[in-house]
Amino acid sequence: MPGNHQAMWERLNLDLDAHASLLEVLGKFYGDIYLSQQGRLQGMEYLDFVLSEIHGLRVQELQQAKEQGRKVVGTFCVFVPEELVWAADAIQVGLCAGAEAGTAAAEKVLPRNTCALIKSFVGFKLSRLCPFFESCDLVVGETTCDGKKKAYEILADHAPVYVMEIPQMKQACDRQLWQAEVRRFKTAIENLTGRAIDAANLGRAIRLINDRRRVLQRLNRLRAADPTPISGRDVLLINQVSFYDDPARFTQKVGELCDQIEAKISRGEGVADGAVRVMLSGCPMAIPNWKLPYLIESSGAVVVGEESCVGTRNTRDLTDDSGQTLDAMLNAIVDRYLRIDCACFTPNRERLDHIVEMARELKVKGVIHYGLSFCTPYAMESFKVEQALSQAGIPMLGIETDYSMEDVEQLKTRVEAFVEMIR
Amino acid sequence: MAVIGIDIGSRSIERVVLNQTTGRWCWDKVPTTFDPLRQCERLLAGVNGTRVMATGYGRKLVAEHFSALEIATVTEIQAYAHGIGHLYPRARMVLDIGGQDTKVIALSEGGRVMKFEMNDRCAAGTGKFLEFMATALQVPLETFGDYALGADKRVQINSMCTVFAESEATSLMARGEKPENIAMGLHLAIVQRVLAMLRRVGVTEPVVFAGGVAHNSCVRRLLHEHLGDDLVVAQNPDVAGALGAALAAAEKAPGLLPSGHGERCCGPLNRC
Repeated sequence: MPGNHQAMWERLNLDLDAHASLLEVLGKFYGDIYLSQQGRLQGMEYLDFVLSEIHGLRVQELQQAKEQGRKVVGTFCVFVPEELVWAADAIQVGLCAGAEAGTAAAEKVLPRNTCALIKSFVGFKLSRLCPFFESCDLVVGETTCDGKKKAYEILADHAPVYVMEIPQMKQACDRQLWQAEVRRFKTAIENLTGRAIDAANLGRAIRLINDRRRVLQRLNRLRAADPTPISGRDVLLINQVSFYDDPARFTQKVGELCDQIEAKISRGEGVADGAVRVMLSGCPMAIPNWKLPYLIESSGAVVVGEESCVGTRNTRDLTDDSGQTLDAMLNAIVDRYLRIDCACFTPNRERLDHIVEMARELKVKGVIHYGLSFCTPYAMESFKVEQALSQAGIPMLGIETDYSMEDVEQLKTRVEAFVEMIR
Repeated sequence: MAVIGIDIGSRSIERVVLNQTTGRWCWDKVPTTFDPLRQCERLLAGVNGTRVMATGYGRKLVAEHFSALEIATVTEIQAYAHGIGHLYPRARMVLDIGGQDTKVIALSEGGRVMKFEMNDRCAAGTGKFLEFMATALQVPLETFGDYALGADKRVQINSMCTVFAESEATSLMARGEKPENIAMGLHLAIVQRVLAMLRRVGVTEPVVFAGGVAHNSCVRRLLHEHLGDDLVVAQNPDVAGALGAALAAAEKAPGLLPSGHGERCCGPLNRC
């Protein structure tokens, strides 16, 4: 049962009526997609609770932290080096970008053929629907694609925006650029918080975030068991929540859930008897974008891996924590983030290798590639992905869609036909 | 023993009854209308204990509505692959242009689906496009293909969007272009799009053309121009999905497979 946060939302100057209807839709959506599942693990109650309080308790925590002088930094991309934010005792949260909200306001300032994710975060901000956004002392953008790059210019009129330049290649000179950007970001965070980042607090932050990555890696290892012990959409949800919950609490709670999954595996219990194992690959699915995973898992398949920014792209690599000096730690951060295999890079052979390797390890019968409409980098790369997978003898279905529900029936047919084909 | 396949499409509903004792099969077809369940009630009246498999975009609706009949479902992609694979064992490619979907399906030598491609939410390049344009040119849909074949030159329509193509057609009319030529241009547009889909999946001959639009003489002619003898137009092209569904139903109840190309059902279901 969600608590009463009206006064806080009013103080944050949200559009209260529109926000209330958004939460209502979200609640219903969550009920249909998540709470209707049979035999879920007890540990998922924590996630159900976090979700029921999605714009409540966590936002309240942020307000309390702000009262104590801590700063809140909002982000949209796994490229922003979180460790620096936490080192300076600021709080990092991923911002709302997964729902069709404020579209009318967004389309006033954005071309119609903009991807749903960009439209969503601009819409959330312009329509005052995201309490996380309204709590931010700094919003960090990045130059991963043209759409985002230019959208931040528009967003800058409405929020304190800082943009990081992400290189497009991975040569020595690109590493230099990225290193300079990481250091520039460090200074920006120090200026924002008034706290110096040193070896002691950065070392702690690296361990804090690595721990969270480790628990998600453990979850990914466990969920790969056969029979599948947890639904793909539950794992997606956990990944989504990792972007805005308190890292230490999240690590502990997901650790407890992993213990339960282990017990379930030893009992030989699964969630989807006879379902075909598939893997998702492609664009990020920000909360509450559960459309495609739900469709897949209602079509006789189960998702056992997400090759995505809200998935393994965010958790695969740890930051080397062996460095003793500030410089060594900063270098470790530079290297760790430059390993991200986002489609914004050229060439991006690592991603193809990762996908094939993951599909083999997870023993999936097929891969469903998810592209957001108008996302050029992932749309173009899906051709190469299909080629690499087909050489490995793994079938792929390419899906391009957005957050609207109008194409659900067509998608269902395609997904079902794919499942029939690979079964 | 008999099994039934029913294909609930956006424009028509087809039913196939396969007698597994004799291998004979027959088909029936009704328009979908705005009340597809009522149409299905007519087609399924008298079914009792017979295995029924539904396909087409209304498959779930029918399975839920007639829950007592325990209807199983299969996608139209699998159904068309099954149906065409049975009727034309040499087929390596199925092109199915229906009322609101266009599908290209690559088949293995054993008739299994290897790969498929389907138009997205937009109805460009489907039967709906032709229906819309036939209405705009005030030509009955059934004769739209023949009408277009009366063209004396080929004008180009660039837009595949139904709305934009209509305004392109309107401006061609305003320039005094013969309506037959415009109709030809519209058919060319649809065929170009279908050929692009075929190329994406990687054309392997022979291609069997099925679905309601295979009745259209102009689309057939234009496809023949590009694919030559490797294009085979299915007999009763819109029944292949329902036949495929019946075949899928028959998998679990062994008996004789359908022989020949079927005939129209000649009366109430119990006489099939």
